[in-house]
Amino acid sequence: MNAKRYSRSTSTKWITRRRKPRTCRAVADYLHYELGIWIWAANVLAATVSCVLILHVVAVGALIFIWMERKISGRIQDRLGPTRVGGAYGWLQTLADGIKLIAKEDVCPGKADALLFKLAPYISFAASFTAFLSLPFSDGWVAQNVNCGVFFVLAVLGLEVFGVILAGYASGSKWSLFGAMREAAQVVSYEVPLGMCVVVPVVLCGTMNLVTIANMQEGMFTNWLIFHDPFTFCLFWVYATCAVASVNRAPFDLAEAESELVAGFHTEYSGLRWSFFFMAEYGSMYLVSGLAVILFFGGWHGPFPIFQGLADMGGLATYTAQLAGCINFLLKALVGITVMIWIRWTLPRLRIDQVITTCLKYCTPLAAFFFLGAILWQINDLPSLNTIDRAAIREDWLARETQIEERREAIAQKAADKAAKAKENDGEEEPSGDGQGTADPADAAAVLNVENVEVEG
Amino acid sequence: MIWHTFFFYLFSAIACIFGAGVLFTNNVVRMAFYLVISLGSTAGLFFLAGAEFVGAMQLMIYVGGTLVLLIFGVMLTAQEAFVSMRTRAGEVVVALILGASLLALLVDAAFRVEDWAVAPDNHVVELAESKTTTQIAAAFAGIRTDADQYPEELQGGLSGYLLPFVIVSIHLLVVLIGAAYMARTKRRADQAPA
Repeated sequence: MNAKRYSRSTSTKWITRRRKPRTCRAVADYLHYELGIWIWAANVLAATVSCVLILHVVAVGALIFIWMERKISGRIQDRLGPTRVGGAYGWLQTLADGIKLIAKEDVCPGKADALLFKLAPYISFAASFTAFLSLPFSDGWVAQNVNCGVFFVLAVLGLEVFGVILAGYASGSKWSLFGAMREAAQVVSYEVPLGMCVVVPVVLCGTMNLVTIANMQEGMFTNWLIFHDPFTFCLFWVYATCAVASVNRAPFDLAEAESELVAGFHTEYSGLRWSFFFMAEYGSMYLVSGLAVILFFGGWHGPFPIFQGLADMGGLATYTAQLAGCINFLLKALVGITVMIWIRWTLPRLRIDQVITTCLKYCTPLAAFFFLGAILWQINDLPSLNTIDRAAIREDWLARETQIEERREAIAQKAADKAAKAKENDGEEEPSGDGQGTADPADAAAVLNVENVEVEG
Repeated sequence: MIWHTFFFYLFSAIACIFGAGVLFTNNVVRMAFYLVISLGSTAGLFFLAGAEFVGAMQLMIYVGGTLVLLIFGVMLTAQEAFVSMRTRAGEVVVALILGASLLALLVDAAFRVEDWAVAPDNHVVELAESKTTTQIAAAFAGIRTDADQYPEELQGGLSGYLLPFVIVSIHLLVVLIGAAYMARTKRRADQAPA
């Protein structure tokens, strides 16, 4: 490989600038070592804090999104939407809905498979919720900094459909079964172009870690990956289409097409179980929206680097920058949700054959074409609005590998020379002393892991 | 660390219990549901071991694959509302023999791992840190970083994973096209005599 041509100085600078990610583990360490709480309690507390925070993103988020959905749909249809509950703008309407749902009877049809029928909503909700575990909300604000975050999110998001299929099957109703089958066909088909779209930012950044991908786009909005090249720009719209389809929103909401299937897969559900499906749906909407923000729109790095200076100062200043980044991220994702709601109340529902045609005949070839285009653009080093040197981080690992290899070869060479001549090895010292003199050849294996280096730097 | 052990036993117990659940139920869809839970907690074990990529792969391929199997294998071919399977005594015996021999093989293999047989003193189990996927990706492109684990004479033969992977995927594509083709011709044959 020709990894040698990348300068080592750039990559080292990049790595030392990175801050140590604050994950669940760091919170547990703080509770244990600083506050003197028992280690097991500290672990439980840290995990609980992360889980409850994410639970609130899903649950409180759904509360806000349902209200938004009502207001926006009202305005689009030239109505007012809710106006009374909670005073102005009816902002407590969802809470009233929630209380109504809790008070409803929990019905299970006689012909249903009771166990699966009752479990299905929780499976949907759990899948949607679990994916948030590796979704970062700001620099280092992530419950689990999963190294292959993109892949993890997609894998877990794909499980949500399982709850829907079980619900449709276990209900013992033909409407539910039809809805579930449609949903299955749709989600399985749309995973292909969605995966292709997601691969492009991953390839451009050379990592699947969501925190790293977002941090690579820091600075002005021109550093966002959507402005990397025309192909990536077009690709984002394919991603948006597939994302809307994969979370089962209109115009792709065939699984619950109320004009044909009563209510599709949730026909037989009522009360709180029914609302779990909707929390899962809004959770997934937020998830694909957040994923789009991280992959294409710079994550928590705003259009203008206002808090950039604070981020490196440490202490409260860093915290302020992280908080600002979190708000920035939440707002950007909210824009995504708004667009999804806007689309829902603007476009009519597609037929199932049209849905599959859109996927197989348009989205998949387009995604493949834009994928190739973006890769070729990057390989040929064509002009791009992005100014951050991604090659530095992407090839950094290989550069390090080469260094280690060179060092190993030099050491082997030296040993051979020593054995052969027993003297005159002064001249051979030079090749072994390249770059960092700190790394001992014995623990060269430890240097292999870039993550370790990142944290230590 | 105590939580590591706790979660290891938790995930193992879930995987085993629902694995047994697959055996003892007659309903095909419940069987698939138990299988998904069992495979999902195996993914949890991978995450616990710090192998996040393998865990996510487990979720995507096995759990997702079971899903597709469930839909296209069971639901589309089912004649009744809730499919239940009846097993005959002979099948149970054959399955028991096969399963028991596989279990014996696996248990034997598991206890050959030396670290497990002899627990070192003062051995503290640390939560595994996340491993990067970069080495897998590089190996995919033909750079094997694990080369020095192998004897000198084998190192020359270590290749990237790309070619085998492409061969397998082409093979799968051929199978898919073949399956689609057979499904189509069957329908035409039905229509022709009518």
